[in-house]
Amino acid sequence: MTAVGDRLLPGASVARVGDFARRFSLTRGALAANAWFVYLFFYAPIALLVVFSFSADRNVGRWGGFTLGWYDDFIGNTSIQNAIWVSLRVALLSTVISVVLGTLAAFAIERFRFRGRQAFDALLYLPIIIPDVTMAVMMLLFFSEFFDLLNLLFGADLRKGFASITVSHIAFNISFVSVVVRARLAGMDRRLEEAAMDLYASRWKAFRHVTLPQIAPGVAGGALLALTLSLDDVVVTQFASGPGATTLPVYVFGLIRRGVTPLINSVSVVMLVASVGLVLLSLFVQRSRGGGAVGPPGAVAAGRSRRRS
Amino acid sequence: MTLAAVPPEETTAGAATPEFERAAARAESRRGFLIAVPAYLYLIVFFAVPLGIVFAYSFANRNRFGEAVFTNIGFDAYRRLAEPIVRDILFRSLWLALLTTGICLLIGYPFSYYLTTRSSKVRNILLVFVMIPFWSNFLVRNYAWRVILGKDGVISRITDFLGLGEVEILFTPSAVVLGLVYGFLPFMILPLYASIERIEMSLIEAGRDLYASGWQSFRRILFPLSKPGVIAGSILVFVPSLGAYVTPEILGGAKTTLLGSYIVTQFLTARNWPVGASLSFVLMAVMLLATIVYFRAGGRNL
Repeated sequence: MTAVGDRLLPGASVARVGDFARRFSLTRGALAANAWFVYLFFYAPIALLVVFSFSADRNVGRWGGFTLGWYDDFIGNTSIQNAIWVSLRVALLSTVISVVLGTLAAFAIERFRFRGRQAFDALLYLPIIIPDVTMAVMMLLFFSEFFDLLNLLFGADLRKGFASITVSHIAFNISFVSVVVRARLAGMDRRLEEAAMDLYASRWKAFRHVTLPQIAPGVAGGALLALTLSLDDVVVTQFASGPGATTLPVYVFGLIRRGVTPLINSVSVVMLVASVGLVLLSLFVQRSRGGGAVGPPGAVAAGRSRRRS
Repeated sequence: MTLAAVPPEETTAGAATPEFERAAARAESRRGFLIAVPAYLYLIVFFAVPLGIVFAYSFANRNRFGEAVFTNIGFDAYRRLAEPIVRDILFRSLWLALLTTGICLLIGYPFSYYLTTRSSKVRNILLVFVMIPFWSNFLVRNYAWRVILGKDGVISRITDFLGLGEVEILFTPSAVVLGLVYGFLPFMILPLYASIERIEMSLIEAGRDLYASGWQSFRRILFPLSKPGVIAGSILVFVPSLGAYVTPEILGGAKTTLLGSYIVTQFLTARNWPVGASLSFVLMAVMLLATIVYFRAGGRNL
């Protein structure tokens, strides 16, 4: 760069150009240092957490020799086992339902014009932008009113638990799935479907044999997103769960608030390994299907940041 | 998207049998509605209705047992937001969210720029290592700081070793900001990177050739061109920081109550549902506004 300037403007003072070059390499060094700092910042806490999960000292953060004892405690803990079981069932069920509903919603919005389409579009975006805490409050009030109503009408005494958690997870997951699938649909050549229908395929057949295979990476990406969102959620779940059933993050959140124990270290490491496993899986899906699986990063990032405050 | 936006009348203009075409368009519209209906109904029952309930509660009153009642409805709960306690919490949340955004921008901007100067192979690997914390469990990532910042934590033992005494920043506003920056830095980096990467770097070279200093070319060329990314990233960090609940609960102390925790307290312990509901609505309004700005800045494509 400076060499070019030198050649174009032979009168330029050499000292000044040299000064430029020095300043420039200084900037470069600072940029590289900042980048290393960012990676250290990202990974050092995680690394320390993993290391201390193997420490025998009861004080977290103090090394007391190697042990697998905290992992033994974790495996033997029945409340944690129950919480994991609830987490997995909620995540799978809410993912399956929201993938079906979200894909249909995306298809309807991208391919059809119908009455109420605009309102539907807005309603579909709202769960993504709404703050976690607001959504949690909504679920709390909704289930309290809804169960009161059921009690009044049928004398049914229902409590919050597995069903209410799943219902609230589906409510935010539909939107995320549909955003991801829509991005894929928008990028797909619509004439392929039209060609199939010109060749006497029914709407359903065209969807099943032409559209669906085309948007499959988007559907897979949406499913993975829904799965991680469901497995990670704390705030909404806390308000939708009852004494009957809690998920693992809510249970761990409760433990942390009561005080830090080495048991939490080992549970945390297991949760971390599971979520990193899902990331690598989604990257792999993206790679093997030729990209675009996670949809528009901006929209997903927007929602993701909201869902995890 | 663009195809779907074309009204059926235009696409069928010049058709031989307009009645038939119109009937077909109506059938098509009906079919679209039927496909949308399951998700539509679900969101109305389990999202719009709950939202309406919160809205209704924000105008409710409280009887002498503290229960929310719908007699004498009005703006009482909203008026209470101006009280010193609530106002302090609002300002504190706003300040910490702004601080978090500023720090993220300060660290994230040079980082994103650095990424764009790497070869595409290195860049992809570096990006994956930004994506991993971005996708991994938020609760656990916050908890990790608890281990580091605590009384027996690594930081306090390092400062003790250096003869500075045991410095404990856990349960202070600094710890909350640290946790928020840690949690949301990837949300700053990714849109910033996306917008800086698109900038034609020859423009900067041209500026340098015309004797712009490094600072000048940043100030006059790079920064203005990367503005959409700056706006998008700032909103992605600011908005969730404002409503943060998990981070302040884990890393903050009793003296640093923030908006999110305050709202939760109104429902779980203080049992002042109207105030909690009105605050959640205010929070949502801020987010809606920010989202509009975000999309205006081109956030959808970043």
